[in-house]
Amino acid sequence: MASVTMACPRDAADLVALVAAARAGATRLALCGGGSKAAFGAVPTGPVTRVDMRGFAGIVDYDPAELVLTVRPGTPLAEVETLLAAHGQMLAFEPFDHGPIHGCAGGAATIGGVIAAGVAGSRRLSRGQARDHLLGFAAVSGRGEAFVAGARVTKNVTGYDLPKIACGSWGRMFALTELHVKTLPRAEMQQTLVIDGLNPAAAVLAMSRALGSQGAVAAAAHDPIARRTALRLEGFAASVAARRALLEGLLADTGVLGALDADAATAFWQGFRDLAALADAPLLWRVIVPAGHAPGLIEALELTGARWLMDWAGGLLWVGTRADGALRSLVEAAGGHADLVRADAATRGRIPARHPQAPAVAALEARVRRAFDPDGVFETGRFGDS
Amino acid sequence: MLAMPPVDHQVVARRAAIARALRAIVPDGVIDDPDALRVYESDGLTAYRQPPLLTVLPQTTAQVAQILRWCHQQGIKVVPRGSGTSLSGGALPLADAVLLGMGRFNRILSIDYQDRIVVTQPGVTNLAITRAVEDAGFYYAPDPSSQIACSIGGNVAENSGGVHCLKYGLTTNNVLGVEMVLIDGEVVRLGGATFEAAGLDLLGLVVGSEGLLGVVTEVTVAILPRPETARALLIGFAGVEAAGQAVAAIIAAGIIPAGMEMMDKAATHAAEAFVHAGYPLDAEALLIIELDGPQAECDHLIDAVRAITQGFGCTSCRISETEADRLNFWAGRKAAFPAVGRLSPDYYCMDGTIPRRQLAHVLRRMADLSAQYGLGVANVFHAGDGNLHPLIMYDANIAGQLEQAEAFGADILRLCVEVGGVLTGEHGVGVEKRDLMPAMFTDGELAQQRSLKAAFDPDGLLNPGKVFPLLHRCAEQGRVHVHHGQTAFPDLPRF
Repeated sequence: MASVTMACPRDAADLVALVAAARAGATRLALCGGGSKAAFGAVPTGPVTRVDMRGFAGIVDYDPAELVLTVRPGTPLAEVETLLAAHGQMLAFEPFDHGPIHGCAGGAATIGGVIAAGVAGSRRLSRGQARDHLLGFAAVSGRGEAFVAGARVTKNVTGYDLPKIACGSWGRMFALTELHVKTLPRAEMQQTLVIDGLNPAAAVLAMSRALGSQGAVAAAAHDPIARRTALRLEGFAASVAARRALLEGLLADTGVLGALDADAATAFWQGFRDLAALADAPLLWRVIVPAGHAPGLIEALELTGARWLMDWAGGLLWVGTRADGALRSLVEAAGGHADLVRADAATRGRIPARHPQAPAVAALEARVRRAFDPDGVFETGRFGDS
Repeated sequence: MLAMPPVDHQVVARRAAIARALRAIVPDGVIDDPDALRVYESDGLTAYRQPPLLTVLPQTTAQVAQILRWCHQQGIKVVPRGSGTSLSGGALPLADAVLLGMGRFNRILSIDYQDRIVVTQPGVTNLAITRAVEDAGFYYAPDPSSQIACSIGGNVAENSGGVHCLKYGLTTNNVLGVEMVLIDGEVVRLGGATFEAAGLDLLGLVVGSEGLLGVVTEVTVAILPRPETARALLIGFAGVEAAGQAVAAIIAAGIIPAGMEMMDKAATHAAEAFVHAGYPLDAEALLIIELDGPQAECDHLIDAVRAITQGFGCTSCRISETEADRLNFWAGRKAAFPAVGRLSPDYYCMDGTIPRRQLAHVLRRMADLSAQYGLGVANVFHAGDGNLHPLIMYDANIAGQLEQAEAFGADILRLCVEVGGVLTGEHGVGVEKRDLMPAMFTDGELAQQRSLKAAFDPDGLLNPGKVFPLLHRCAEQGRVHVHHGQTAFPDLPRF
């Protein structure tokens, strides 16, 4: 078991000192926010300093008309969402708290953790990933240098687009100290339309037809337990009504398109955030696949006893399994990749959390990480390589 | 003249041997005739011209890989080029570099309407993607003004935008994957037909990297169903402040228009005199707001936008009733650059982005600078996203005016950075704004970005002299100049 010490930096200078000490000594720095995703990846094997980033908290600047929020990464996600909602805005990529997935209480997730893990919810289908909404950041690199990247304006091509690699960087390469995030207006209304009784292939086809229409579907998911396929419409009331009529006509040959009441709709989409339907699966995978290949993959996975939920119109499968088995090879054969989100510590020590890359890409990725963190200060062994 | 990296005369001396080696890889695609090479001496930034050492036009990924591997082994620089429409000199050749033209990668490889993706070779034009899918009711959203000519590979290199990017995003938000060849000849695939790539988002890093990290040989893009309808409003204001406040109020009301453009009085007058679109000449600021989507949504939003702008005292408001009306509203805006070109022997086009709330302040400071330099300026502005295109008017035949215009332009870009904005919103850094990068980034930050470059290209052979200031020098030169309306692509609209 690795020895773990704790650090609670308050500013960039503290982080610079921590990095310098780590480079001089043998310890590695494990960045953490609220700990909602602490059970993702392997348990560190060497001496580690756990760096609690929640000292970097608070809203720095928010002018709703600019559609930009500047926030420190340790700020709770819930606080950010409450602030934006009070101004009729939102994070359009629909990030969510991973605590419940790992059997923890909700409310601990931070905006920095959301960005570092590249978390996006059901609306990713229409509005993009976290990476599409991070405009700029400040950070301290593994070289022990404070730097900024991107900017606080939405349209910017000055220099490399480093915010893209910050999203999903999992605290490797650099420690984020400030974020410039794009905000967007919250829709006047939401309505969830459902078709019941479809099999996976019919569900994917129905969702594809809806997305290929002028229905402007915000989110599309399929719950196999209820055999329920859902299309979420968002926007101004007049527009939602018009698009509902359009979709009812378009999908009339598929089934009756009913509308969920507000509570039922909330519960349906909540099921794709807390993944309660897969709560008892020992292993939980996040599978990204071309939507058209999802039905075939599901068929193959079901033969292994896997259970699943389908979001992003088939582009995202949450898959619960008993053992790791052949899942990754089946997913690769379908043109996708799979992250291991939840497993016992022994399994996480054996199976890398992130899907292994082609050798040339893995080598390139390692060189990119080294460009920011030449000594591997932020490499704790959590992601296998160091 | 703009300084470029020192020419390696040993490489230049080996020109014939290099041509032979490249011909062995691409027998029918090496250009070394000096007259033929002049075609490639410049891109959309015509102020700078330099014929390449020679040009090679590969047709397959394997050829690109062999070319890059050989050049890497031989220590020969390579400048990639798409259609050559860059406004920032991103494809400016070097005397000792091979120009790698991607124009023969001109085929769309597959269209998948069920998953709404197109896989294409990089030399296909932006508009050709839309043309290929429009009969099925789809389009490719990013629409840079050069879209009839610019290639999708060039769009990836520059992270190109367009007037609709507030709602639909830039290239980076619409590209799902690339096949790319690294300088050592290694072929990698980043992303693909899925919503996200495995591992680190290297695709996001490659988009907008201005040809410094690798050569893209295949692109996967997302396509969207074409909106049911689009309508536009043409709204005049007695002041820039009121127009800016109206824009903020529209967004605060939860409305993200498909396009939201502003022109100042100088630009409005120039455009009206040129295309007679019926623009209100009394307006100090003119807004063009386009709304798209279902008919019911457009009708609803047109009423909402009209009410908001009336609340801010608009002096005129016209609403398109027909598609011809809508196109007419846009005609003046899309002709703004050449329209200004008619008023002045030369103009110089800038491309900064500012936080929108700073617009009135920036325009006031710009007016002060205009008086100080004794040069006129007209402004067109992507009001939704804060991207400002000041057009500085000057006469290159009057001694000193060109230098004055350049100094004025650099002051404007520094002003953009000072108020929290950036040097370039969509034209790229290229050679044009290379030497202004220190206004936005510290030496340490530039060193960090250079080390990232080295992770892809340790010897710095790909597109040298672009994006980053040359080490050990800091001259500031090089801008988009248009003399007597003569641009590299006179038939391309620029807006």
